[in-house]
Amino acid sequence: MQAKVKNNTLIIYVNGDLDHHNAEKIKKMADTKIMENQIKNVIFDFENSNFMDSSGIGVIMGRYKMVENIGGKICAVNMNQSIKRIFSISGLFKIIDQYDTASDAMSVIGEEE
Amino acid sequence: METLSVQIESKSENESLARVIVSAFAARLDPTLEEISDIKTAVSEAVTNCVIHGYEEKDGIIRIECTIEDNELTINIKDEGVGIEDIEKARQPMYTTKRDKERSGMGFSFMEIFMDELKVESEVNKGTAVTMVKKIGNIS
Ligand SMILES: Nc1ncnc2c1ncn2[C@@H]1O[C@H](COP(=O)(O)OP(=O)(O)OP(=O)(O)O)[C@@H](O)[C@H]1O
Ligand SMILES: [Mg+2]
Repeated sequence: MQAKVKNNTLIIYVNGDLDHHNAEKIKKMADTKIMENQIKNVIFDFENSNFMDSSGIGVIMGRYKMVENIGGKICAVNMNQSIKRIFSISGLFKIIDQYDTASDAMSVIGEEE
Repeated sequence: METLSVQIESKSENESLARVIVSAFAARLDPTLEEISDIKTAVSEAVTNCVIHGYEEKDGIIRIECTIEDNELTINIKDEGVGIEDIEKARQPMYTTKRDKERSGMGFSFMEIFMDELKVESEVNKGTAVTMVKKIGNIS
């Protein structure tokens, strides 16, 4: 799993299926980066991921709870149709912003990639 | 009728294996990409529940049995773990007994939405069996 920090924004490049197995790895990595870098915004980039189940909802909701009280945002980009369906059925789109690419999300957040 | 029967160890690594095995079996019915994704999600939810809840991340065996009859796929996923006390409550959207572990309580809802039928049988300290049915290419 790869990640990039740009000022207060963390981009997580989800690699492979976002299931329970990978969720635990992503959580650990994300939380270390969030603590170390005073992260406010998190972008989940699904370009290299085709699958997400309810474990992914936990990952995203958990990070949302970490940044919402400091006015941070969670974005999801490059999602395929089946991942979008999981987002919309679970109501994640009510709190997460969706963009085509990470740079679209970055420019809305106010940072350059 | 065609059948598939496998047993896997209760480990998070095996969640993806279960998805792959069942969707490869289902491929015989020539499903659409969307139907394959529905099946993968439902299998993933059921197997993950065995790992996290049934066996509480300890050792155990998960049994997966599938049948294909005409255009109908039936998937049965079973553990011999802790069982469910109140099945009706457990099936409600957003109900979870592991909120502290960042579970959202959407697993059974996804199984219900993505499959045509869902049956849950469980007995405390005996285990849990989930049976799901999906009709493929249903344009009769
Ligand atoms: N195989 C099982 N063995 C024991 N209890 C189970 C099993 N499957 C589900 N449960 C119980 O039913 C509840 C609801 O399951 P469901 O899959 O809908 O949500 P979850 O697993 O808690 O969260 P999520 O699936 O969104 O990560 C669980 O919290 C658990 O208490
Ligand atoms: Mg579940």
